Amino acid sequence: MSAIAQPRVVRRHRSWRKVLNTTLLYLAVALVICPFMFIFVWMLLSSFKTGVQQTAWPPLFIFEPTLKNYFDVFQRVPFVDYAINSVIVSVSATLLGLVFGLPAAYSIARWRQSKLAIAILTSRMVPWISFLLPWYLLFTRVGWVDTYQALILTHLIITMPMIIWLLIAFFEDIPTELEEAAMIDGCSRLGVFLKVSVPLAAPGIVASSIFSLIYSWNNFIFALILAGRKTMTLPVAVYSFMSYTEVNWGGITAAATLIALPVLILTFAIQRYLIKGLALGGVKA
Amino acid sequence: MSVAEKPVAAQVSRGPTDAVLSFIDRHAQWLFPAPAVIMLLLVMVFPSLYNIYMSMQTWFATSTAEPQFVGLQNFADLFGKDENFRDSIWRTIYFTALAVVLELVIGLAIALLLNRELKGHKVIRTLFMLPMMATPTAMALIWVLMYNPTLGVLNYLLSLIGVPPQEWLSNLALVIPALAVVDIWQYTPFVTLLLLAGLATIPVEPVESAKIDGASAWQILWHITLPLLRPTIVVAALFRIIDTLKTFDTIYVMTQGGPGRASQTINLFAFQTAFEYFHIGYAAAVSLSLIALVFMVSGVLIRLRRQEL
Repeated sequence: MSAIAQPRVVRRHRSWRKVLNTTLLYLAVALVICPFMFIFVWMLLSSFKTGVQQTAWPPLFIFEPTLKNYFDVFQRVPFVDYAINSVIVSVSATLLGLVFGLPAAYSIARWRQSKLAIAILTSRMVPWISFLLPWYLLFTRVGWVDTYQALILTHLIITMPMIIWLLIAFFEDIPTELEEAAMIDGCSRLGVFLKVSVPLAAPGIVASSIFSLIYSWNNFIFALILAGRKTMTLPVAVYSFMSYTEVNWGGITAAATLIALPVLILTFAIQRYLIKGLALGGVKA
Repeated sequence: MSVAEKPVAAQVSRGPTDAVLSFIDRHAQWLFPAPAVIMLLLVMVFPSLYNIYMSMQTWFATSTAEPQFVGLQNFADLFGKDENFRDSIWRTIYFTALAVVLELVIGLAIALLLNRELKGHKVIRTLFMLPMMATPTAMALIWVLMYNPTLGVLNYLLSLIGVPPQEWLSNLALVIPALAVVDIWQYTPFVTLLLLAGLATIPVEPVESAKIDGASAWQILWHITLPLLRPTIVVAALFRIIDTLKTFDTIYVMTQGGPGRASQTINLFAFQTAFEYFHIGYAAAVSLSLIALVFMVSGVLIRLRRQEL
């Protein structure tokens, strides 16, 4: 009997320590995450504060929230127009990036065109400013400053290399046997690509598109110089709120929340692929 | 490989469409990447060459005078007598070193903490991705609010542990560290996620046998985990150094390079030379110097990684 009872005591003892360890572990994880999340929490809190609450000392954590800042953002500035500009530019740049990038990524994956892959990686090392400067001069000459085509073309610098780089790994994962079978059935290479490979890479296409959408949406420097009143995108618009004589923190934090929110939601939607993309980017470099 | 060698050309052509398709089949290896290559040449290679051409001119965007060819004069001026440029190089290196070293250390510590069976690990990892995905311009403005000396929450939180209030962004000595903190907030999670991916590929046997031999957790970390993780750490450093050297959005939004020039990195120096002083040729030379710095540093790191493999 005692032989059976003994391990039970040990196990109970162990499980008590295990619970303590687990609690400490999750506490540590929570502590580590807190500072990273605090900035978002503070953005959200500030966007619901009135002007008086904004300047209170000590800063308020609990207060009566107001939606006034959000109404202001839509009523006082053409926020919707800026948002439409951002959508037009990022969606167009992503679609064009896919049209040009898909066959290139497929080709790099199928025929191991590593030189092209390295060229694309190298292009990502060049700072945007050295593309912006020549494009600015050329667009000034042809009167393209403050046009959608100028922004879309320069945003291709962001989207196309990113789409190609992320999609290479997804195309490499597709077994060549499937393509070979289709070719034996008389399908052309173009047919195989469009009817077999692209559908199979669909999750990768979705993930890389969203990645590219986010980076184009976030881009600041190109629109800062190349956009004007007509085509101003959201990041430049929210930055310009800062230069008003009296800084309206309620408006700025509400606008910042509205700009960042779609990005945060998209990140949650494709988190699985984002982590994969990150990992592959690291392993293959 | 074998797919490409299939005798596709032997197919019987039945019409113009088939002729096109079989042409594509025969030349697929260069036809498929061709559109992207042409676009890359147009949007990236062509402006880069134009940039080199500009860097050899005296060119003021504000004046009606034609640009004048001056050879390497801009570079001679930059490296020979422009103290502001020299300062911006050191600032860039200081900012990058401070941010990247801390990102690697903190990122590694968090990766080691998270590298175990955790409930909700997917949610945790996704939360960690938010800082680097969120629009940098918008987040930089939130940081400006938090750093505000009179109403900022940061000074308040620090006062709770007895730190006196600081003028973070207008103090010459504090502005670069304050900006580095923003970069650390944004990109430490990137390092963590990359290292977690690296940790997942480390074999368990060496760690297990070391445990049986009675090695302590520290010994295992120093002598087994870290050496095995080194290639991933170098890659994380490479990615972070390249991006941090080029940081623009955060610094421009938060300080515009100020106070004075205290946070004017090379990238901001190039931008302001171009779009505030309209000294185009000189700015082109600055941007080429930044490219050279990025390529040099990444060349060293890539060689470091090759030697290890």
